[in-house]
Amino acid sequence: MSKQLLLSKKNRKLLTDPLDDNNPVTVQVLGICSALAITVQLKPAVVMGASVLVVLSVANVVVSLLRNLIPSRIRIIVQLVVIATLVILVDQFLKAFVYDVSKELSVFVGLIITNCIIMGRLEAFALGNTPGKAFLDGLGNAFGYGMILIIVAFFRELLGSGTLYGYQVIPLDWYIENGGFYANNGMMILPPMALVTVGILIWLQRMRNRKLIESN
Amino acid sequence: MDVNKNTYTFGFAIIMVIIVAALLSVTAQKLEPYQDRNIELEKKQNILSSVGVNVIRDQSEEKFSDYIKESLVLNYKGEEIEGEAFSIDLAKELKKEIKDQSMPLYISNIDGIRSYIIPLRGKGLWGPIWGYIAIKDDLNTVYGAVFDHKAETPGLGAEINRPFFQDPFVGKTIFEEGVFTSILVIKGGADEGDNHAVDGISGGTITSDGVSDMLKERLERYLPYFDRIRPEIEVDSIMSQMDTVILENEIILN
Repeated sequence: MSKQLLLSKKNRKLLTDPLDDNNPVTVQVLGICSALAITVQLKPAVVMGASVLVVLSVANVVVSLLRNLIPSRIRIIVQLVVIATLVILVDQFLKAFVYDVSKELSVFVGLIITNCIIMGRLEAFALGNTPGKAFLDGLGNAFGYGMILIIVAFFRELLGSGTLYGYQVIPLDWYIENGGFYANNGMMILPPMALVTVGILIWLQRMRNRKLIESN
Repeated sequence: MDVNKNTYTFGFAIIMVIIVAALLSVTAQKLEPYQDRNIELEKKQNILSSVGVNVIRDQSEEKFSDYIKESLVLNYKGEEIEGEAFSIDLAKELKKEIKDQSMPLYISNIDGIRSYIIPLRGKGLWGPIWGYIAIKDDLNTVYGAVFDHKAETPGLGAEINRPFFQDPFVGKTIFEEGVFTSILVIKGGADEGDNHAVDGISGGTITSDGVSDMLKERLERYLPYFDRIRPEIEVDSIMSQMDTVILENEIILN
């Protein structure tokens, strides 16, 4: 039996596929709820991306290790327990040692548990694959998700608040109230514009990547 | 081994639950002291920042004892009662009848200026909001205010913990010719020159209203205490005015 290299071509694909051809947000349209909720600013989007990265890759490995032991009738419950346990553990450690990050996370903790991407990957991938592959798949999907989150948040924060990562980037004297010509687009900070932004991303992606267009 | 037998399924579920429960409870217990410490330091940091002293969390312990000179516990009549102000959990107090509530109050002294710091707690859109408001010793003018929240919408209601929302409270007054007005957070922006209102947050109206309600409800509880101490303060201020007059006279005479 020849052992597969960790970063063989096939495994690399696990990592890169979710970034484009099989992106969990723009192609599978999963995890939209959190993509709408937390992309008003870059910082929460980055924190959310990082937390999903940790939870998804570890949960994938755990479920993959247990894959031959889990009774199939209660597998969804088992997956949920694994996810919820991880999320609570991460939250407890953050609260104890990096309190500021934990404050930043606040509501997102719950959102991680309900993120359909995590359940989706556990169910579709980790249950049928070895831990190494499951880990790569977790990383890939979390990156694919985080990437979209960051792109959406970039535009929403820039156009909606004139800041990036909390720092003012639009010169203050451009604003009408300071005698300039510019005003922030208040629509960008409302949830519907997140949906529109994701829609535009999907459109651009399909323009570039013809494979994704269904033939009918 | 057949993993789909009923007995196996039950066994698996039971063992999983026991392992997870043990893991979580051990972690929670081991980490609790660290978490409580963080919360305590943050509380001190918040109280300090309501009187304009901004320190990093690790220093808040030391600065707290430097600046916060007194802490009292009051009842609904504004009388001082026994108790440790810092350990009062306002969330629990608010659930009680008004006449059973204990109300904490901190008195700070910064460069000779006394201010009364009132802890606040109320409801936002998704969860509790809280804060501290410091009133100068004219018992009317706001010296500073800080707010924070558990779970308000990031970018909208969550912005109540930002300076752009908190700074406008400074210098506002809570009385209009002796009548309590509180300070309102106004959707669409407060009128210029309105001494009892500040601008709300666009898209965070329910949270902004929550701040209004919280201020009104909490400040009202301290009015009896203010009425009680007002005569003393007035006497003090007359005395100090007299001192200056005497001083001026002396200067003139000399």
